Amino acid sequence: MRPQDILMPDAAGLYCKPGGFHIDPVRPVDRAIVTHGHSDHARPGHGAVLATPETLDIMRLRYGDDFAGSAQAISYGQEIRLGDVAIMFHPAGHVLGSAQIAVTHGGVRIVVSGDYKDAGDPTCTPFEIVPCDVFITEATFGLPVFSHGDAALETAKLLASVVLFPERAHLVGAYSLGKAQRVIALAREAGYDAPIYLHGAMEKVTQYYQSRGIALGDLRPARGMKKADLAGTITLAPPSATADVWTRRFPDPVRAFASGWMRVRARARQRGVELPLVISDHADWNGLTRTIAATGAGEIWVTHGQEDALVHWCRAQGLAARPLALVGYGDEDGEQDAVPFSGGEDGS
Amino acid sequence: MNRFAELLDRLAYEPGRNNKLRLMTAYFRETPDPDRGYALAALTGALSFKHAKSGLVRDLIATRADPVLFALSYDYVGDLSETVALMWPQQHPTDASSVLPAVRGSGTEKAKETGHVRHWPSPTLTDVVTTLRTLGKAELPAQLARWLDQLDETGRWALLKLVTGAMRIGVSARLAKTAVAALGSRDAHDVELIWPGLAPPYPDLFAWLEGRGDRPVNRAPAPFRPVMLAHAIEDADFARLDAADFTAEWKWDGIRVQAVSGRDAHGNVETRLYSRTGEDITRSFPDLLPSLRREGSVEGRLNDSRESVGAFRQQAFAIDGELLVVRDGRVQSFNVLQQRLNRKAVTPRLMKEFPVHLRAYDLLADGDNDLRELPFEDRRRRLVDFIAALDDPRIDLSPQVSFATWSDLAAIRADPAEAGADADAVEGVMLKRRDAPYMPGRPKGLWWKWKRDPHVIDAVLMYAQRGHGRRSSYYSDYTFGVWTAGEEGERLVPVGKAYFGFTDEELLRIDRFVRRNTTESFGPVRHVLHEPDQGLVLEIAFEGLQRSARHKSGVAMRFPRINRLRWDKPPREADRLETLERMLASEATRSNGR
Repeated sequence: MRPQDILMPDAAGLYCKPGGFHIDPVRPVDRAIVTHGHSDHARPGHGAVLATPETLDIMRLRYGDDFAGSAQAISYGQEIRLGDVAIMFHPAGHVLGSAQIAVTHGGVRIVVSGDYKDAGDPTCTPFEIVPCDVFITEATFGLPVFSHGDAALETAKLLASVVLFPERAHLVGAYSLGKAQRVIALAREAGYDAPIYLHGAMEKVTQYYQSRGIALGDLRPARGMKKADLAGTITLAPPSATADVWTRRFPDPVRAFASGWMRVRARARQRGVELPLVISDHADWNGLTRTIAATGAGEIWVTHGQEDALVHWCRAQGLAARPLALVGYGDEDGEQDAVPFSGGEDGS
Repeated sequence: MNRFAELLDRLAYEPGRNNKLRLMTAYFRETPDPDRGYALAALTGALSFKHAKSGLVRDLIATRADPVLFALSYDYVGDLSETVALMWPQQHPTDASSVLPAVRGSGTEKAKETGHVRHWPSPTLTDVVTTLRTLGKAELPAQLARWLDQLDETGRWALLKLVTGAMRIGVSARLAKTAVAALGSRDAHDVELIWPGLAPPYPDLFAWLEGRGDRPVNRAPAPFRPVMLAHAIEDADFARLDAADFTAEWKWDGIRVQAVSGRDAHGNVETRLYSRTGEDITRSFPDLLPSLRREGSVEGRLNDSRESVGAFRQQAFAIDGELLVVRDGRVQSFNVLQQRLNRKAVTPRLMKEFPVHLRAYDLLADGDNDLRELPFEDRRRRLVDFIAALDDPRIDLSPQVSFATWSDLAAIRADPAEAGADADAVEGVMLKRRDAPYMPGRPKGLWWKWKRDPHVIDAVLMYAQRGHGRRSSYYSDYTFGVWTAGEEGERLVPVGKAYFGFTDEELLRIDRFVRRNTTESFGPVRHVLHEPDQGLVLEIAFEGLQRSARHKSGVAMRFPRINRLRWDKPPREADRLETLERMLASEATRSNGR
């Protein structure tokens, strides 16, 4: 069995012909397997969706109860058969509920990693290495210039700035699903126990994290606060909001942004960021190369991001590698969230 | 080096001009000589290390990184120094405490106390500058590698920025001078006036600004004076401006130059020609020098008592003007002048075929007198006398255009026939306030340029590449094409590239369009969907056209830029090559004067 007979890209995304399903399809299909809840991977309108319980909950929060014809939950480590194809979900360490999908057929195992990171994250199950024949990896930060470093040190940078500028508000741009909760959890781990304020667009999803037993401490809506009372505080907001008129309610805000892109100066400058925080939910260059080696896969397919460099690296290691042209996936920090969580939107 | 690296890093992130100034002024106040002087030199572009070229940095990284991975990384980051700083393998573990204080924001005194702490030696800025000055080419790579090993990422970045001379941190020389001037509650203009005679690390400048010394005297015999530039005028500006306050001149389409002459300490005459950025271009125009150097004529003129004073005074002067090619008494178009530029050897034939000429706009110095503080009208009067006394066919006066109202001037600008046969070399009019002093930089409201309307065509985006600097990682370099009949029907042929003319917001939209509509990639070049009904139409403005053997289309545009994005227009409605051919024909007619 050739791997390309098991999984191949078509117009909707990665298609498994023998199993009759797509993985993270970008347009409505009959049967979809969804790796995680970011809106470019989890889209509404499919006939049936198979995903972790958390991913399904997140889709429900974002799109409403009728986000798909039917939904089936699957836990990490649980196997499901679709035709002759065996499916198993494994933790991807990207955001709450994120999974890698192991697809086994005719003695060949392909692992679709979705988005992943091998760095620690208090808000989700740690990434797991899944031995396989073909590993499909993302390449969002697939260049050797990307080294995310220790997120705890970046968090310390934020907290030091809050001490340094007690008269100013700190606005941290962070993607609503995953990054925001991780930054909060990191701040709590560093001993910051003051209230943390939230932009309306992230209230719902953050409450969901709390309902899943993730301790995030005292969280309050930024909405309705007096300007003066926000001095010396930290507020989390979607990246797009930190450059918006919405920020006028904050006293002389320090604009921070938590993203792997902050490693590159021009990226931070383009966004008018004063306090770049290199905190990413994707694997950095060392994480990607380390993971590829650890899976033992002889063949690597590289998708969305900086494919060229990673393909080159794989080939230099003697691995068969090719870029997989999948369209429609962005990095969640690169563009605004196409489909924000509804309700509590505080766009004024 | 650490304090300097921290300054550069914070400047790079600080968007606000005032905060940039605060950061720099604080640095100059807190940092001792000579480090701060070298920092000022670095920020004003006054340092250059002849052996430290970007090629050397590339060679160095090649010893530590895979060349393909480096090339891809550089393409992404868009800045050589930053790419190498990020990729350079770290030799020492970074001390955790050094990460904490790197707070970026507006300047406070606290940042200083929490400077980076290290357990291994790292060079000072003065170490780096003085070592680089004396180091031979052969020793340089090893020394740079040693420093790169000793510094952290920010330090490496700052070091590489410094040695390659490409700072790109959003600080102009003018802004750095403004910051240093603030040490003595002076403004940049005061520093600009004495700047040409100063040399790094500027101890006398700091002494003067801090009230510890006298105002330094400019001792260079023929120094460059920073050039005064004009703002582009817009329709709305006219309502606020009184035509009576202004004089007008033609805006000549040549290159802006400054011709300076003076005597050194031994009494020898030195004559120099500078570009608008202060680059010494004397050697490219030896044919103009005899007209500027008056040694031979001094004696003869001494016999004429009326002229003698003028003759002596002529030994020291600074003329601001336009370098033009003049044939048979007529100014040639920029296309003609271009053939005289960037030549390695200036041959007698080249000088004969492209005779250069200086058209004088302004007189900045006459003898020992610095005229820059005088109102333009006074300077102009002195210029008229000066050029008359000079009486040289290669140097003439930029004529003034008389007008009473803005609408008069609009009519004249639309039809520059008043300038006679030279109308082809006119690219618009210049407005100068009668009372304006000569101020370096682009001061507001004193000089305005009012260009003739540019040519405009609709073209189709064909290929895109990532930009550099501020636009790194965005697709911001665009190749565009127009329709022509091919063997298999209509096809697009590339006619030019544009890098600017759009807003940041438009850039984001085009970048997204490029990413979503890439049909193929060849290295860094993306082929963007360009079909009759799918694609992006760009309205391109440009200044002129010429025949080009290097371009497949056979035409090359001068100064093309994106005028407007035509999201509304299907590519099939874009312009055709024949339109450009017609424009070319009419350009040719214009420049031949037929």
